[in-house]
Amino acid sequence: MKLIGLIVVIATGLLLLWGVTDFPDWADPQSPASTHLSPHFLTESIEETAVPNVVTSVLGDYRGFDTMLETTVVFAAGIAVYTLLRRSRRKDLREKPEMIEEELPHQALIVKTICRLMAPFMQLYALYVIAHGHHSPGGGFQGGVILGASFILLAIGFDLKMVLKRMREKTTLVLGILGVLIFSGIGMVCVLLEKNFLDYSALSAILPATDIIMARSHGILGVEIGVALAVMANLVLIYVNLSSDGKYERGL
Amino acid sequence: MSNLQAPILLVTIPLLAAFFAALGGMLHRKISFPIALIAIILSFHQSIIVLLKVVNDGVINYRIGGWMPPFGIEYVVDHLNAMVLVVITFVSLISIIYSKLIVERELPDKIPQFYTLYLLLTTGLLGITITGDAFNLYVLLEISALATYALLALGKDRALISTFNYLILGTIGASLYLLGVGHLYIATGSLNMADLFRILPSLSGNSAVMVGFILIIVGVWIKMAFFPAHGWLPNAYTYAPSSSICLIAPLMTKVSVYIMIRIMFSVFSAEFTFANIAWQTAVVWCSVIAIIGGSLQALAQRDFRKMLTFLVVAEVGYMVGGVWLANEIGISGAILHILNDALMTLCLFLVAGILIFKTQRHQLMDFRGMFRKMPVTMGAFIIGALSMIGVPPTCGFFSKWYLIQGAIEAGRWEFMAALIFSSLVNAVLFFRIIEIGHFQHETDSHDHAEEKISEAPAIMLIPLVVVAIALVVIGLYTNDIVTNVIQHAVPVL
Amino acid sequence: MEFLLAKYNYWFYILIMMVGFYAMISKNNLVKKMIGVSIFQAAIILFYVSIGAKRGATIPIIEHGHDAVHHIDPTAYINPLPHVLMLTAIVVSVSTLGVALALISKIYAKYGTIEEDEINEQLTDV
Repeated sequence: MKLIGLIVVIATGLLLLWGVTDFPDWADPQSPASTHLSPHFLTESIEETAVPNVVTSVLGDYRGFDTMLETTVVFAAGIAVYTLLRRSRRKDLREKPEMIEEELPHQALIVKTICRLMAPFMQLYALYVIAHGHHSPGGGFQGGVILGASFILLAIGFDLKMVLKRMREKTTLVLGILGVLIFSGIGMVCVLLEKNFLDYSALSAILPATDIIMARSHGILGVEIGVALAVMANLVLIYVNLSSDGKYERGL
Repeated sequence: MSNLQAPILLVTIPLLAAFFAALGGMLHRKISFPIALIAIILSFHQSIIVLLKVVNDGVINYRIGGWMPPFGIEYVVDHLNAMVLVVITFVSLISIIYSKLIVERELPDKIPQFYTLYLLLTTGLLGITITGDAFNLYVLLEISALATYALLALGKDRALISTFNYLILGTIGASLYLLGVGHLYIATGSLNMADLFRILPSLSGNSAVMVGFILIIVGVWIKMAFFPAHGWLPNAYTYAPSSSICLIAPLMTKVSVYIMIRIMFSVFSAEFTFANIAWQTAVVWCSVIAIIGGSLQALAQRDFRKMLTFLVVAEVGYMVGGVWLANEIGISGAILHILNDALMTLCLFLVAGILIFKTQRHQLMDFRGMFRKMPVTMGAFIIGALSMIGVPPTCGFFSKWYLIQGAIEAGRWEFMAALIFSSLVNAVLFFRIIEIGHFQHETDSHDHAEEKISEAPAIMLIPLVVVAIALVVIGLYTNDIVTNVIQHAVPVL
Repeated sequence: MEFLLAKYNYWFYILIMMVGFYAMISKNNLVKKMIGVSIFQAAIILFYVSIGAKRGATIPIIEHGHDAVHHIDPTAYINPLPHVLMLTAIVVSVSTLGVALALISKIYAKYGTIEEDEINEQLTDV
């Protein structure tokens, strides 16, 4: 098995090496990838969407449908992990002996205090990253991950119950669904306003004091918020289920 | 800008319904089923609209976000994927009605999650079929894959470990696809399929493009369980819960075959794909091995479900081989077989599901005396079996007929021999079951548990009967389907 | 030599990818397999991000964007598209990892081991 594996790996590697021989040089400004589509995004982004961060405008608008689906991927993973691991019946819960509930000595005061201090600042920074994605590196995913990480940090520093007290299972599930619903809902609103799916320019009809270009900018902000909610909630959901084996007891 | 919204609606309705099914399920677990059912009926309706529109007016382009391709993502519906869309929504509709009772019994505390995943899987498959963007296809591939892993892992026995193997191989397949798309992107700078089709001919002989082609095709082969990467499929499908397998088994492999056809003819061109005769021969030989090996393995099984999974492997060989015959008849046969095989596989897995539902067992021997106890189920089973063998007027005959004609025209006698051999093996397989069901009466008639078995409830029987009738109807209307739909989907060679 | 240096990012992505690929195929421990998968996907991300690089260019955030009078020079900014695509791919790989770990955790609960050969032994015994 190992030998076959090695042969497959070497064959694949050689194939890929052969492919590289015809690649354009690394960082070549004249390569097709840099001359075919990207100049359009770079030069038109501000005119068409009023967003200086081109990554955000491509992510949220030009290829917004990809982004909606990747949010759905996170949602699918969250639901998949939840479906596989969550134990709801009492019979399942009794399978294994209960863990000892006593406080572990190494969970020192310093760790707890630092985690508790860090969490609000992380969350504040996450909100900044989400809201400022139009002008600086950042956006829904990055912000959502930081938000999720702040909860996971609390779960590691204290225990799972601490997090579950602040974010109940139902809240997490609802937020995860709400995030994807915001994104696809904005898309559907555009359809109802008789434009194509995710064509945010349609939103200028319902947003006050917005022209077509600014409507796109606001639309991107709206979907970024949805993305952030979905990513945060589903990461927490995945972590909580994985670390407690679906029993929601104390976690790691 | 066209105002026809059907192409996007048929994908987003199940997607939105997945979210609402999850939300509604938190209120009450019975809400999810009606939401899912309504969404799939609506989606089926939209897919019919799209098919009629394509047949009457030609290709539909839909720009998501209103952006002009290749800058934005575009949906393109032509004859080929309009047909596949109808097949997907039809199979999804049939098996959601059918599996209502099974879900309530198999997964009583996971009903909302089941329907959420089911809708996500349907969305993923529809999106893969309809999209005109190579990268978008990857994302949708992963949505359907994640939903499939979760659904398969809910099964019994070895389900967990075989799903894990599937996850590893499926991830390799999808990653190779992504890597291949990256190779195309570095060579052309584009991700839109139509745009790639326009640029690629000027890059003939570029090794990056060649490697990209190989990576994508190999990735898709792993996904569809084509020989020699077929190892994951039988175990993963055998131990799956019968509620979800009726959606997964008929569709996953067919949609992968569709991706292969789309990549071969709509991203690359037929001239590029078939430029190298040696490859073509190698692929046809692989499919010959897949067909013969799959059939022989099926013959060796005593478990009905496992037998069917090996037949799925053999059928993949039919379609891949048919496409790589590189003539119009062979490709038409392969496309027709996507439609037929989806329905035949569905029909047989529905029968297997009923058998498990009623007896909790799925060995071949459990068919004893079934003709007496479940006449309708077994009648549908016979139609499915005849179609699998390839007896007219069932639809299985016609696609096999096209494939054999294609093989003769291409002079690939080995492929023709494999097709005939596989038909004979199928005949042996199914007549053995029919014999067990018909002639062998129970040795122990005092067994109380078995005495109680009677016909399945109507909610399961009606979908089965509809599929069985569809098998015959499609067989009778094959000519119309070929002239109106498939002929336009085949590239000019 | 010139040829080797001009594409060095691409040589290294293949090297990293093959390490991950080998782990994926040959490792016996299921968690190690998943580590291989992660390395493999990280290599793909490296590959795509390398495509986006452009000599002498900066991150794709247009400076003084809202003046809108001055001409924007596309060679001054790197290609944003690969970064967008990889944001998607990262999310996909994290999601796959999550589901895989959930499966491994269930496998461990059922078989008491995550070594593939030991699981197969248990399966053949039954």
